[in-house]
Amino acid sequence: MNEAAKPLSRPALAQPSRRAFLLRLGLLFNAIAAILFAIPVLGYLMSPMRRYAWVSWISLGKIEDFPEHQTRLAIYRNPYTKPWDGKTANIPCWVRRESGAIFRVFAINCTHLGCPVRWFQESGLFMCPCHGGVFYSDGARASGPPPRGLYQYSHKLENGQLWIKAGQLPTLGEPLA
Amino acid sequence: MLVEAGAWLDHRLGVGASIREAARHPVPRSSASWWYVFGSCTFAVMVLQFITGMCLATVYAPTADRAWQSLLYLNYNQPLGWFIRALHGWGSNFMIALVCIHLAQVFLFGAYKYPRELTWTAGVVLLLCTLGMAFTGQVLRFDQDAYWGLGIAAAIAGRTPLIGGRVVKIILGGPIIAGDTLSRFFTLHVFVIPAVLIAFVVLHLFLVLKLGINEWPMPGRIVRRETYLAEYHKMVTEDGEPFFPYAAQKDLVAIGLVIAALVVTAAIMGPIGPNGEPDPAIIQTVPRPDFFFLWLFSAFALLPPWTETFLMLTGPVVAIALLFAIPFISGTGEKSFRRRPMSVVLLVMTFMTIGILIYLGTYSPWSPHMEAWSGTPTPVDYVRGRTPLELQGAILIQAKQCRNCHSLGGRGGMRGPALDDTATRLTPNQIVRQILEGGGNMPAYGKNLSPAEVNALVAFLETMHPGDEPPARSSINPAVAPSY
Ligand code: FES
Repeated sequence: MNEAAKPLSRPALAQPSRRAFLLRLGLLFNAIAAILFAIPVLGYLMSPMRRYAWVSWISLGKIEDFPEHQTRLAIYRNPYTKPWDGKTANIPCWVRRESGAIFRVFAINCTHLGCPVRWFQESGLFMCPCHGGVFYSDGARASGPPPRGLYQYSHKLENGQLWIKAGQLPTLGEPLA
Repeated sequence: MLVEAGAWLDHRLGVGASIREAARHPVPRSSASWWYVFGSCTFAVMVLQFITGMCLATVYAPTADRAWQSLLYLNYNQPLGWFIRALHGWGSNFMIALVCIHLAQVFLFGAYKYPRELTWTAGVVLLLCTLGMAFTGQVLRFDQDAYWGLGIAAAIAGRTPLIGGRVVKIILGGPIIAGDTLSRFFTLHVFVIPAVLIAFVVLHLFLVLKLGINEWPMPGRIVRRETYLAEYHKMVTEDGEPFFPYAAQKDLVAIGLVIAALVVTAAIMGPIGPNGEPDPAIIQTVPRPDFFFLWLFSAFALLPPWTETFLMLTGPVVAIALLFAIPFISGTGEKSFRRRPMSVVLLVMTFMTIGILIYLGTYSPWSPHMEAWSGTPTPVDYVRGRTPLELQGAILIQAKQCRNCHSLGGRGGMRGPALDDTATRLTPNQIVRQILEGGGNMPAYGKNLSPAEVNALVAFLETMHPGDEPPARSSINPAVAPSY
């Protein structure tokens, strides 16, 4: 097989014959076609990377629903969803109303590896069930492996409601605004 | 009749001769050993995984809003669905175990050395594919562990410098863990990784046939690039046996045993999960990965924080690169493990490290017990005959969630030290300082305790010493009572 192929192909490539020209043309066409094919495929797969407007303002409910000096769990529907997302698009967050119009809204995700932190009112701490990260009531890191305090949503009070800017899973690479 | 049909086919296909040749290719007499069956067993379990996987795909609904329900349907409604799920889940565990044994055997027997470097490299790809199938499969078992496991994967990816946020979105297929995420992992688990797996299994087997099965390593028989091929050729022609049936019979027995063991295990243990519904709003959850990633989970809990990001991102890359590099680092020389003490130590240490991390992961001492403060009783001995102030402290230990991280009488969290003998280790002043300012892995409670509460806590903790051991006293001024 090998011995038979070699003497045929070598001179064919060496001479500027019609056969060699066609072979090169064929390779060129295939290279172009492969690129034309690959660009849309990659674009399709990488599309989530492009910066869509994932994030928008959503209401967490009436301001009165959040008593002063308390931390409450609130659940919102992610602004960007597909009909088949089901419950996975219901995102929880912690709302702390310090007093009056002073709010803090924390992401549920621990800043270490994203596990859901839980609020303990009696000790005024958030604890993480995964590796024991602890945060104070203002979200600051208290102890354990987390590298920073809890992620906070930007928020505003409008029409008697608490609004947050939400829409994406916070990570160290892209914390919430 | 059958023979005629075979002849008719072979006349057109013309592969009969090469199959016969492959089946009867001579193997070293020494390699027809029970130690050489694990590759074939892995292959057999993989074929079973393909079959049960296809069965599951006929019922499983790969969308985020339905996947979990369809798993419950498989478990409880679909006739024999529970058993197919059990076979697939336990088959995955079996396959990982067999791959690891196969890898250890190949490593110990020096089978990766010249000229079988490429066979090893293809095998490492197969190992990665197997782990990839295990992880994506765990995601398809779309429950709370899958959901938060994806969260952990996203959190690790998010630590990539500069492009972290973008990497997260490519992995998740969108801004959050939702429908697109499950679809991505479904595609990986069902199309992409199996395709790679099949291609590399073919390459792996082709190389095994082409280069011959590794001979039993003899101490002192050195692999040299110049002479090995001739030596091997001489060995199999002078003292070889045909692969079929000489070596294949042991493979067949082992495969039969492994499959029987898998079927029995699946029947007894039943399907794995799913646990709770993947609803992120249910935060009363304690996410844990399956055992084959438990060691990574443990490592992430134990790494010193300042090394963490670096090690999480570079550690796996370096480990995989090292695996690939093994045959190029030591491609010749001694094959026998009797003459390669460092290799044996390396292997034992690797397996021991992973084993210990898995063991630690099964009870995760670093995780607080989130319900201990309200759900775990105080040992009766610790409250018998105590003053009201001390009893008040015992209540505060529970009410302030101390118990989530500190155990009493062996029950409660293990994140912090057990409190049973606190008084022998800390003086009252030191206890106060530790509670108010925290330190180590403890948060500062200063803002959340009144002086009276601290007083009660210290009074209770002062009773925490075994009867025959007195409490610790300050060496500077032992007579002075604590003041705060
Ligand atoms: S994820 Fe919270 S401490 Fe690790």
